[in-house]
Amino acid sequence: MNDMFEIVISVLLVIGGIFIFVGSLGLARLQDFYTRLHAPTKATTVGLGSVLLASMIYTYATEGYITVNVLLITLFLVITAPVVAHILAKVAMHHQVKMIPRTRNREMVKLARKQLPPTATTGVEEDGRLP
Amino acid sequence: MLDFAVIFVGIVLAISLLLNVYRLFLGPNASDRLLALDTMYINSIALILVYGMHSSTTLYFEAALLIAMLGFVSSVAFAKYLLRGDIIE
Amino acid sequence: MSKFLPMPFHTVSLLIVWLMLNNSLSPGHILLGMVLGVVIPLVCQPLRIPQPKFKRPMKLFSYALLVLIDVIKANIEVALLVLGPSSRINPGFVAIPLDLQEALPITMLASTVTMTPGTVSAELSSDKKFIYVHVLNMPEDEQEVVDFIKTRYEANIKEIFEC
Repeated sequence: MNDMFEIVISVLLVIGGIFIFVGSLGLARLQDFYTRLHAPTKATTVGLGSVLLASMIYTYATEGYITVNVLLITLFLVITAPVVAHILAKVAMHHQVKMIPRTRNREMVKLARKQLPPTATTGVEEDGRLP
Repeated sequence: MLDFAVIFVGIVLAISLLLNVYRLFLGPNASDRLLALDTMYINSIALILVYGMHSSTTLYFEAALLIAMLGFVSSVAFAKYLLRGDIIE
Repeated sequence: MSKFLPMPFHTVSLLIVWLMLNNSLSPGHILLGMVLGVVIPLVCQPLRIPQPKFKRPMKLFSYALLVLIDVIKANIEVALLVLGPSSRINPGFVAIPLDLQEALPITMLASTVTMTPGTVSAELSSDKKFIYVHVLNMPEDEQEVVDFIKTRYEANIKEIFEC
């Protein structure tokens, strides 16, 4: 394996590791669920993407052929990560998870968890406690 | 240099998994725990790939693919349970 | 054509995914992949929900490139926000009015919104006219976020489907 491959693989690996670490750090230290949701779903896609790319280049450099099932993992994650994030946001709304007080438009959650448009005025009041 | 990078990334990923475990135990809600579990799946895929590079074999790609698929399905099933298993519906 | 290959697009993508999964281009795998690509759509035909057609498949690639660049930018942005002091984060909800009507374009828009700068799609109103989005760092003017998503992503998706 020559030096150029080694440098490219190392840089990609370190970038990926740092992004995944930042995602997990965000999961641990942010204050409410909705902001926590942002960190892992985003930071991990690029982080894991660059680790997968590094692993693909590594196989090419050592074995001499390109493995494409790594690309399949990337494709699968790009399709599924937003679905998980969306359904977790739905779960949080359903359970009326606490929000930090400076969240703007907090009252929209009451409408959103009943799938009402923001212009609706009826059907909100009966259990209108704000989380 | 490559060996150093692989070991460094392995350590970083291990610390990330510990942070996820912290959130998994302390998370005030079920949704927090579910998010921590889903992040753990992704981090373990990365850890498996890095371990595959450390021991220079391509055998682990299939394992990573399986974890990606099963992780997605189980996260969605768990979330669906949390959505429908409540009386409010 | 339509009797044996009810979904030509799915046939081709099944073949490609099968070859990627086996990581080979040998004639045996190509043959097996083609058989699977013909048989699986025939079996799954009754389960199909009608979706709008991709009118311009070529636009899909340029759109994917645009989203990829935005995803990388979003990652750096979110990483800086996470590492900085948490008092700098001003989250908020916003409702975005939709022009799209069908399920597939709305799914594409919601996935794109979730992948890109500090936004997560949270819920769709039951009449499919509004999508609720949680924004990690809300600018002073909420309309900025709405305009950004509408002009940058929704207009492109509309062009792909031409609806």
